Amino acid sequence: MRSKKPVQPDKRGRFGDYGGRYVPETVMYALDQLTRCYRHIKHDAAFKAKFKELLSSYVGRPTPLYYAERLTAHLNGPRIHFKREDLTHTGAHKINNTVGQILLARHMGKKRIIAETGAGQHGLATATVCARFGLECVIYMGAVDIERQAPNVDKMQLLGARVVPVESGSRTLKDATSEALRDWVTNVRSTFYIIGSVVGPHPYPMIVRDFQTVIGRETKQQCRRVLGRLPHAVIACIGGGSNAIGIWEPFLKEHKVKLIGVEAAGYGLSSGRHAATLKRGRPGVLHGSYSYLIYDSDGQIVLPHSVSAGLDYPGVGPQHSHLKDSGRVVYQAVTDKQAIAAFKLTSRLEGIIPALESAHAIAWLVKNAGEFKKNHQVVICLSGRGDKDMGILADWGRIAP
Amino acid sequence: MSRIADVVMKPRAGKLLVPFFTAGFPDMKTTVALVKAAADAGADMVELGMPFSDPLADGPEIQHSSKAALDNGTDLRAILKAVEQLQREVDLPLILMGYYNPLLTYGETRFLKRAASVGVDGFIIPDLPVEEAAGFKTAVESNRMSAVFLVAPTSSPDRVRLIDKYSTDFIYAVTVTGVTGAGRTFGTDTDRYMRRLKKQLTKPFVAGFGVSSAESARRLTRYADGVVIGSALVKIIRNAANRRSCLKHVSRFLAEVRGAL
Repeated sequence: MRSKKPVQPDKRGRFGDYGGRYVPETVMYALDQLTRCYRHIKHDAAFKAKFKELLSSYVGRPTPLYYAERLTAHLNGPRIHFKREDLTHTGAHKINNTVGQILLARHMGKKRIIAETGAGQHGLATATVCARFGLECVIYMGAVDIERQAPNVDKMQLLGARVVPVESGSRTLKDATSEALRDWVTNVRSTFYIIGSVVGPHPYPMIVRDFQTVIGRETKQQCRRVLGRLPHAVIACIGGGSNAIGIWEPFLKEHKVKLIGVEAAGYGLSSGRHAATLKRGRPGVLHGSYSYLIYDSDGQIVLPHSVSAGLDYPGVGPQHSHLKDSGRVVYQAVTDKQAIAAFKLTSRLEGIIPALESAHAIAWLVKNAGEFKKNHQVVICLSGRGDKDMGILADWGRIAP
Repeated sequence: MSRIADVVMKPRAGKLLVPFFTAGFPDMKTTVALVKAAADAGADMVELGMPFSDPLADGPEIQHSSKAALDNGTDLRAILKAVEQLQREVDLPLILMGYYNPLLTYGETRFLKRAASVGVDGFIIPDLPVEEAAGFKTAVESNRMSAVFLVAPTSSPDRVRLIDKYSTDFIYAVTVTGVTGAGRTFGTDTDRYMRRLKKQLTKPFVAGFGVSSAESARRLTRYADGVVIGSALVKIIRNAANRRSCLKHVSRFLAEVRGAL
């Protein structure tokens, strides 16, 4: 008998219990409109061809699967492969999604684009596609993040975007997202909101996932071609969780492939200063969806902490919450210190400077290489490049080992 | 008949005047005094804002008052206690307005039961649209309270009907696309939208977001059954030198609006 696999998300935008649409009434019509438009365009041959063409000639796909020979030798564990999203145009996987969403925005006739950004990678990717298609672009970014990811701010401005510093709350990604939502509520008729991760109200977690799935499709093909088999494990860092969902999606039904998500433990899981939403949070509602969330006993959101701006967020995509509860994915966390060490190690052993976000995924393997046999094949999603993080590294002391 | 139904069906002065105060701003004692002052100034019911760390439907004024309230320790327990006290001292329906996560954390069922027992009359949850609110609506109504849903200028006729059906006694009409904040001018677009609501809704509706003068209140109530005034009051409270002048200015402003309705 063929088992009927439930479609994820369901009609109400739920992955199991998680997801939904917890937003002001004003934007409900825009979500309906977006859902309808996406359902239609998803199967449209011209749209698919245009998306594919841009991913190839503009983004630079497919990205290579790279065997990290010296890191493998150094850890004396499994054979390590990097999926090189750092080699995409603008230097992170975020561009896969913004290319898809800008096509949607154009199709819907929207002339103004807004986005939130943490590390600045999504802001940069959004500013880039806005320049490419000649659309007005406003990026909301926390004042703290503007300071710690300054190179990306300069780039966004060079590309013609207006970067609005957000001074409320923790002045990081959480507040940038709230401010972007407020803009959207105000300008919903003219404006398309390009959300940067698999978070927010339905249909965003689904749309962003679908646009990022190209990472996983390529990885699966490359594994088959180069390794002659599927990998034993695929490891990715989790903030909102878009690079992770993107690389995992084609492996979700391959039950022999271990999927490991790595969150930011900040100063440590018991320090109270971390961004390990799935490890330490509970289900709750923020920014449009029901998902794991970090909040206090009164339901107020707690300021998260991570050295990595892209992971410094108190929520996580609803599909991850579902994958956690179902047990399909194992979620782990590493500290700021471990991530910084992995950042340096990878730079010196492989000549690749990874984003601090991606360094979390590497750090988990550095710590746990012993869990694998030497002939095991492990893929790490190298979601972005680390040039943007040089300033943070300098704050952490000596750059040389 | 519930107190809200009573007030909504036959407001004493023709149109409903509904002030909003952030509970606990600048402190809970002042909030209690403000509600009494509002009752004296002719308010028909009062909305009390339950502060949340991330009020994404609110503009700077209510963001600021929410943060100040949280900083001085305002939580749901303190708000329920204040409601309990107020219900002994004024005869005025009290509606709690706030975001969903604190309620969820307290325990939805437990909180609604407790709210009903201290005399809360209704709820407005701006991040809980009708699609997500089936359970909430049932729970609110089974505790004999009123569920109020928001309708927006962008709501389709189908959605307006659904919101009409879901709301127990009346509907909250958001005047313009945007977040809360005082000082808007309402033009013919808003008139047209208000007229459309008058036609499409079967229940009474009050208009809120951006109402900051007697004049704008009068314009909106050409079609709406009342107005909600929030940020404009919060601003008066923020600028007041002390509690006495705060109460005086709020009373004067509300009396002026009352006079225009």
